[in-house]
Amino acid sequence: MIDFSYTVLILLIPLVVFVVVGLFGNRFKPIVSGLVGTTGLFIGWVLSIFTAYNYFFVSGKGAEGAFVKVLAFSMRWLNLTDKLHIDMGVLLDPISVMMLIVITTVSFMVHLYSIGYMAGEKGFSRFFATLSLFSFSMLGLVVATNIFQMYIFWELVGVSSYLLIGFYYTKDSAVAASKKAFIVTRFADLGFLIGILMLSYATGTFDFIKLTAPDSPALTSGQGVWFLGLSTMTWSMIFIFMGGAGKSAMFPLHIWLPDAMEGPTPVSALIHAATMVVAGVYLVARLFPIYHMNAVALDVVMYVGAFSSIFAAVVACTQYDIKRVLAYSTMSQIGMMMFALGVSGYGGEEGLGFMASMFHLFTHAFFKALLFLGAGAIIHAVHSNVMQDMGGLRKHMPITHATFLIACLAIAGIPPLSGFFSKDEILAAGHMKSMFLFIVELTVSGLTAFYMFRLYYNIFWGKNTHYHHTPHEAPLTMTLPLMILALGALFAGLVPFASLVTSDGMPFETHIELGVAIPAVLAGLIGITIATLMYRKETNVPERIFNTLGGFSKAAFNKFYIDEVYLFITKKILFNYVSRPVAWFDRHIVDGAMNGMAYVTNEASDRVKKLQSGQVQQYALVFVSGALLLALLFIYLWTN
Amino acid sequence: MFEGVPLTWFLITGTIMFFVGIYGFLVRKNLITMLMSIELILNSVNINFVAFNKILYPGHLEGMFFTIFIIAVAAAEASVAIAIIINIYRRLVNIDVEKMNEMKY
Repeated sequence: MIDFSYTVLILLIPLVVFVVVGLFGNRFKPIVSGLVGTTGLFIGWVLSIFTAYNYFFVSGKGAEGAFVKVLAFSMRWLNLTDKLHIDMGVLLDPISVMMLIVITTVSFMVHLYSIGYMAGEKGFSRFFATLSLFSFSMLGLVVATNIFQMYIFWELVGVSSYLLIGFYYTKDSAVAASKKAFIVTRFADLGFLIGILMLSYATGTFDFIKLTAPDSPALTSGQGVWFLGLSTMTWSMIFIFMGGAGKSAMFPLHIWLPDAMEGPTPVSALIHAATMVVAGVYLVARLFPIYHMNAVALDVVMYVGAFSSIFAAVVACTQYDIKRVLAYSTMSQIGMMMFALGVSGYGGEEGLGFMASMFHLFTHAFFKALLFLGAGAIIHAVHSNVMQDMGGLRKHMPITHATFLIACLAIAGIPPLSGFFSKDEILAAGHMKSMFLFIVELTVSGLTAFYMFRLYYNIFWGKNTHYHHTPHEAPLTMTLPLMILALGALFAGLVPFASLVTSDGMPFETHIELGVAIPAVLAGLIGITIATLMYRKETNVPERIFNTLGGFSKAAFNKFYIDEVYLFITKKILFNYVSRPVAWFDRHIVDGAMNGMAYVTNEASDRVKKLQSGQVQQYALVFVSGALLLALLFIYLWTN
Repeated sequence: MFEGVPLTWFLITGTIMFFVGIYGFLVRKNLITMLMSIELILNSVNINFVAFNKILYPGHLEGMFFTIFIIAVAAAEASVAIAIIINIYRRLVNIDVEKMNEMKY
């Protein structure tokens, strides 16, 4: 067994970079901060690849040929009692090693890209410091050895996401978006915390290895107290999923994600596309053995995932802000991953859905980060987010165009690009479970292809917009990451995932099932064809279709009024019927008691202070008479 | 030299001096006079020390030493007090103790 303890460096380097750049970044030229951050992540990236190589090909497999969980590093961090302690450490297993690769790759690319994208911005060092903080937190989250460590880092990624969304803190919309993201995910994390407490109360441990081992109390012991027809374990799993749904922008907690696009585009690529938003998927995957024992909780995951994917896909077809289209697309793809987890079984080939979900997470990270970085390059060139301001850009930005097209084809699931393989596995897993949901996901595939190519044609083809200054291709620091990620989007699908990342560590064989693959590819092609017909040349077809669908398309354009529903609930109901009474109680009862005490003290001292007249002789008189009285008293006592 | 003078006489003298001092301290408004009253109080104590030492422990000198200490301390105290009084006078052109109540509450 190889010593994996060096993996702790992957975490520590970004932390050190964060502290150094955060404290001293302003003393150097901005470019130094950028280079320090990028170098740190580059080292982390190399180390991750080295770790993955060692884990998967040298020493990861246990005696039975399955990949085992390796505790690479562990320390007792908070010692509450002998039995109750919170550890910090590094846990390596197939999914965490896979996530290390994803995070460090995308983060490194984004750092490199940001040197070009953020050049000349105010707060360049602050940006890189926060980016490093995020990388550290996200890495800590995936290697967490216990659910409490995961929760701590879970909140840390929330904070760094908040800081980065609100990077342009002088812009009101960015500030509002960052607060919205923080509050919505924080609300979801409340569920996560309740789930953690219930789970650890029922099982007596935080540790992932203990929790998911075959003889774990979470799997073998009774299901605990029943409430509303569900057991404690099921409830705790549902609550934990609530936290995951908040972070992963699942319906109905998705409202923060589209607004989060107010942040700088590299941030959207890193946090709101490739890494942080898949934390929810990762969480469910991490606790998958327990979910598998609680069918109801797993069904919740499945239905929420499926509904979110179709919901977001429909909304994405109607949006005009290119980053919002991508945001809804992210939500839709994550919905598919959740769906795949929800339909999955446990162990060997049963765990096809689990494998598919992780596979899609892996490939999605590449092509979605690529799409966002491409969108960033476009916004950089055009200075606008809206697709009406674009068109005909393919002549001006050849590299961005080519890489963007690759990413679109990949996400549409056209073979042999990466998205095809992972999506095919998801559909195959869905097919085994339920025909209805299979058709839903097939529709999502078609819609995905449609809206991605709607985006593509609107940006690069369509009308020949007249630009104020001719758009130019982005600098090399921006196009280089695009090209590297494009390689990932092209070839990531060829990774033999089924033999590396599986639900129980046992490798198995997969094959492309034609019965699933052909409809999937057809759905993609149909989507692309329709988009080509509608948007290749500027026509009035889209407008006519939009008008024919009337109310439905209007509702979709307004994101089905979910934001308005939230506003109604919070402003009209919560504020009026909960917050106001509480505020009244606070102002009158709590503050009143405190003010009353202060008033009484004040009055009493006002009366008493007259005694202190400042007249020495008065004091002396009191003193002498006191002494005399005492003397008399003692004499009296003495003589009796 | 003190042969035949009983202890009570010393004590009576001391007590009279003490209460004269207390009376002066409480009644007079002039700071210098108050200072003099304090000296009276101290000296009444000195008389007591000397008398008790002489009558109770004829072979010892502790009472005498104490008296000398008290005289020395009283001298120091008087010089400090007079310095303070002079400063007060420079500031207020007055040494009436009832006017000195600026620091009250």
